[in-house]
Amino acid sequence: MIGRALIAEFEKLLGRDNVFADEADRHTYSYDAAVLDPVLPALVVRPTSSEGLGRSVRLCGENALPVTVRGAGTNLSGGTIPARGGVVIVTNGLNRILEINEADLYAVVEPGVVTARFAAAVESRGLFYPPDPGSQAVSTLGGNVAENAGGLRGLKYGVTGDYVLGLSFFDANGEIVKTGARTVKCVAGYNLAGLMVGSEGTLGVFDRIILKLIPIPAARKAMLAVFDDIAKACEAVSGIIADKIVPATLELMDNFTIRAVEDYGHAGLPVDAAALLLIEVDGHAAQVEEDASRVEAVCRGRGAMSLRVARTAAERDKVWEARRAALSALAKLKPTVVLEDATVPRSKIPAMMNSLEAIASRYRLTIGTFGHAGDGNLHPTILTDRRDRAEWSRVEAAIDAIFDEALKLGGTLSGEHGIGLAKSRFLEKETSRATILYSRRIKTALDPKNILNPGKIIGE
Amino acid sequence: MRSMKHLALLLREVEDQLVVCMRCGMCQSVCPLFAETGRESDVARGKLALLDGLMQEMFKDPAGVSDRLNRCLLCGSCAANCPSGVRVLDIFIKARAILGGYMGLSPLKKLLFRQMLARPALFDRIVEMGSRFQSLFIRSVDDLLGTSCARFQSPLGERHFKALAAVPLHVRTPALNAPAGGSGIKVGVFVGCLVDKVFPEVGEAVLKVLRHHEVGVFMPDGQACCGIPALSSGDLESYRALVRHNLSRFAPGEFDHLITPCATCTSTIRKIWPLMAGDLSAEERERVRLLSEKTLDVSQFLVDVLHAALAEGAEETGERRLITYHDPCHLRKSLGVYAQPRSLIRANPRYAFREMAEPDRCCGCGGSFNLQHYELSAAIGRRKRDNIAASGCSEVATGCPACMLQLSDMLSRAGDRVRVRHVVEVYAEALDDNRQS
Ligand SMILES: Cc1cc2nc3c(=O)[nH]c(=O)nc-3n(C[C@H](O)[C@H](O)[C@H](O)COP(=O)(O)OP(=O)(O)OC[C@H]3O[C@@H](n4cnc5c(N)ncnc54)[C@H](O)[C@@H]3O)c2cc1C
Ligand code: SF4
Ligand code: SF4
Ligand code: SF4
Repeated sequence: MIGRALIAEFEKLLGRDNVFADEADRHTYSYDAAVLDPVLPALVVRPTSSEGLGRSVRLCGENALPVTVRGAGTNLSGGTIPARGGVVIVTNGLNRILEINEADLYAVVEPGVVTARFAAAVESRGLFYPPDPGSQAVSTLGGNVAENAGGLRGLKYGVTGDYVLGLSFFDANGEIVKTGARTVKCVAGYNLAGLMVGSEGTLGVFDRIILKLIPIPAARKAMLAVFDDIAKACEAVSGIIADKIVPATLELMDNFTIRAVEDYGHAGLPVDAAALLLIEVDGHAAQVEEDASRVEAVCRGRGAMSLRVARTAAERDKVWEARRAALSALAKLKPTVVLEDATVPRSKIPAMMNSLEAIASRYRLTIGTFGHAGDGNLHPTILTDRRDRAEWSRVEAAIDAIFDEALKLGGTLSGEHGIGLAKSRFLEKETSRATILYSRRIKTALDPKNILNPGKIIGE
Repeated sequence: MRSMKHLALLLREVEDQLVVCMRCGMCQSVCPLFAETGRESDVARGKLALLDGLMQEMFKDPAGVSDRLNRCLLCGSCAANCPSGVRVLDIFIKARAILGGYMGLSPLKKLLFRQMLARPALFDRIVEMGSRFQSLFIRSVDDLLGTSCARFQSPLGERHFKALAAVPLHVRTPALNAPAGGSGIKVGVFVGCLVDKVFPEVGEAVLKVLRHHEVGVFMPDGQACCGIPALSSGDLESYRALVRHNLSRFAPGEFDHLITPCATCTSTIRKIWPLMAGDLSAEERERVRLLSEKTLDVSQFLVDVLHAALAEGAEETGERRLITYHDPCHLRKSLGVYAQPRSLIRANPRYAFREMAEPDRCCGCGGSFNLQHYELSAAIGRRKRDNIAASGCSEVATGCPACMLQLSDMLSRAGDRVRVRHVVEVYAEALDDNRQS
């Protein structure tokens, strides 16, 4: 519980409207997009200025209250569930784009700026911010940096971390720490930004973020390749990479997902195809032409039944609409959706797909798989009803099996969704006991009272 | 108050729908209220989580949940965009009825709904009286928009509202029962209270259009409100009385389609009546089903059934004024009607149509939301006003009288010279031109 006096102090700091102490309000900050049980915070605050953010963190530190920073709460690993109670700090009141610099190709933002709004603002200046998580319509840039979020364009353009030039953040005492610069090159001091990217709110609270921008590619071309055998599709993926073509996007959809998407959107997908590859190449017009025809040749060479190239912007949109609809289409089939993001080296995708099929039948579960085949990041999506206890325990076992399989193939627990609460007990399996202890020593040194998102990533 | 256990039990009725929400948060991107406040309890995900928490007895604050549930425009933007297909509006409406029943109505609402709205004849008389005396209390602020504001401090606050019509439609045009003419089609006309009492000219435009197309009209007297104001306030009893009353006026055998010029009425009769028919008799349920299947928005009827707009295609005359269109949530998001009103507008050669930015963004009215949370409603409405102003149009058409009220208020308060009209008025005007030529 938090005393009346402290609540009053927060109210003085942030305004009454930005402090939620009521049980009903607090309840709406007890969950995120992960399928985990909610935990009620003691208080929720919503600063609207940098100063308010810093002083909120300091107040929590002084009172040894756990702090859970929350952007949009779309993370899929329980990162914003206030597992130890305490205070949830919501950042969506810090939503100003402070600068878009066209001459030097960077932007400075507050952490609560919504990703898609930022991407659109940048694009209206003729520039490009590539990271595009599926949640971009609502996710915040602070959340993206804290999760090192990726998106459909990760294969060629990398993930959020590749665009962070610099940061300022509040440490556990509410003191401001700065790292990086507005320049592309900067080796002044420790690479603290590197430490903060993917830290999931456990090491500091972002205040400002400096992001790198790039020019918009002049041309793009999307295509859709149809396969009657998932192994052939996977070989085509390896073939494209081996041929040293780097498409902007290279996505895979299995038959179950294809049928779900078709039932849902009637986009004209071939429902009897075993797998689809959705591919986009971009760059200079001439190179796009050449890459497209080489991609086409590789796909045909690996046994694609057909290959459709989008001729117009509308056709291109249709291809990506189909891909974007994948999660929605699957989500409509069953009440509970568990979206995993096991990632394997690209050459191991065929093996991983096989294992997923085996796991689905071993645990008698429905699993639809789609994902970023180009970077090995698959999204096996388990459809279930959490209220069915017996099935739910099979789901939990299947998740373990998926992790084990990904690790066995030299992969990782998470390509982009983070560890949070959901996977913290598996992290040692991927790394080592020493890794966990080393990480905990860093955490203890920087946050001796363990107030910053306690319990996440490395447990306690 | 009965026990929490009992409430939790009642909420089981929506459980199957509640569990479908995967808490992805995507509704944040489209909720007009969340855009203003950034509060999780103002967006569908938060409200659904609250209902879930109540059902699971995770906390015991039905009044707190009810407050937050009522802070919602019921605009359906969340449902229309939800990847999981959560039937958010169905849940909210049912939950409001359940919570309303559990906690009891406020005395004011009880008076308003049970003693007035649910008694159509009395309601008509009270409103007629109101229209006679209103000039004592209000003064006109904008002739073009026809808005007024309060002369004295009043519960209506800063609003620029449309005064009650001097003569409501049901007095101007009492019951009609005209056989089908050349079209071979006969329609029932459900007028809706705002059209009847505030915008009778819209009702007259509907009748004129029907006459022009030689459509038979069945318009019984003693029509009641469709019931949504009572239901969305959780007053199931008044709602049920209103539905029953309307069922007694509209025998489904009398006409081929039931049309309304009110987007809210259309979506209420089409979707909410069947949804909330559970406690009606089998015979009443069947009538609800038949009626709801026959119900169409007026623009949908004109374009899809009569192919009206296509048939007109009149010549351009002189200088054309710019007109834009606001999509009422209840037409676009609930019923998927958005092309038809635009083609009706295009059928009027006096205008050039220009789309505004975010035409389908909620205007912020939300029925009783506007009464309870006027400042929020106005904040949402201002964005609509800004989009209308930026379109450079001199008129804005829409398909819902409640939206017309809100747009008039927003434009009037901003001092814009933009006329607000119903699409059917715009279309009816085109018929005059045709006749002259
Ligand atoms: C439908 C859907 C699709 C998705 N698609 C993708 C995808 O394609 N790629 C992908 O990578 N992820 C995806 N995600 C996961 C999620 O959207 C991302 O992890 C996103 O970056 C989270 O952003 P957020 O603003 O919601 O952060 P939150 O969920 O609010 O927070 C995430 C983490 O960041 C921390 N945090 C937030 N703000 C700050 C701050 N200012 N300072 C310090 N720490 C902070 C939080 O404490 C938490 O640990 C998807 C999720 C959904 C629901
Ligand atoms: S209502 Fe729909 S969009 Fe909103 S959180 Fe639930 S599933 Fe997601
Ligand atoms: S109905 Fe409208 S206001 Fe209510 S939660 Fe949904 S989008 Fe928001
Ligand atoms: S929906 Fe509104 S305008 Fe239509 S009848 Fe009901 S109250 Fe009247």
